[in-house]
Amino acid sequence: MSLLHTVNKSPFESNTFDACLNLAKSGSTVLLIEDGVYAATTGNSVADKIKNTTDINFCVLGPDAQARGIEGKLAEGIKVVDYEGFVDLVAEHDAVQAWL
Amino acid sequence: MAKKFMYVNRKPPYGTIYALESLEVVLIGAAFDQDVSLAFIGDGVYQLTKGQDTKAIGQKNFSPVYSALGDYEVTKIYIEKESLEERGLTLDDLQHLVWEDEDDDWAEKDSIRLVSRAELADVLDDQDVLLSF
Repeated sequence: MSLLHTVNKSPFESNTFDACLNLAKSGSTVLLIEDGVYAATTGNSVADKIKNTTDINFCVLGPDAQARGIEGKLAEGIKVVDYEGFVDLVAEHDAVQAWL
Repeated sequence: MAKKFMYVNRKPPYGTIYALESLEVVLIGAAFDQDVSLAFIGDGVYQLTKGQDTKAIGQKNFSPVYSALGDYEVTKIYIEKESLEERGLTLDDLQHLVWEDEDDDWAEKDSIRLVSRAELADVLDDQDVLLSF
C-alpha cells in the first residue's frame, strides 16, 4: 500500500507541505504541483526538509516549475514529471491524497 | 495633490489570480496620475523571477508586463530583502526593471529598490492608500 501525495501550496506561506511530510510514510511519493513547486528549490529555509527526508520520493510537475522560472533552481535528486508522468504516478499508487 | 498609493504584493504568480489582478489594477491606476509604488514581500517576490515560461500550463505569461511599468511612470518597486533571502534568491534571479528619467536627459534608472524589513515598514507608514494583493 503506497500513497501519492500532492502539495499545491507554497511552503513559505502555508503549513500544507509540513502537514504532508508529517503523515507521508516511507516509500510513498510526494508530487509538488502549482505553488507547491517552490518547496523543491535549493538555497532556502525549507530546502533541508527534502534533503533530510530520504525515504520518500519527491517529484515536481515540470510545467508548473517552468511557468514560475525555477526549473534551474530545483534541488538535486528531485524527479521532474510532465502531465503524462503525473497520470502514471496516479496509476502506480494505490490512492492519492491531495494536500490543499 | 497626488496621493501616495502603494500596492502590496504577497502571492506567487499563477497558483492564484492575485498577482495578475494586482498588475492590472496598477496599470489602470497609473492613468490617475498619483504617486504609485509597489512592494513585493513574502512569496510576492516570485512574481518577478526571470525565465517564466507558462506554455505548458496554458496560462498567460504576464511577467514581461512588469518591464513596461516604467513607461506608466511606476518607478518605485520595493523588494523586501529578507523575503528574497528566505527563498534562496538574489536580485540576479529577478528581472532588471528600469525607467527613463525625462528630467535627466532620459537616463535609464533602476526601478527596483532592495530594502530591509525595517526600511519597508517606514515606506508603508508613509503611504496614503494601501492596496493589498
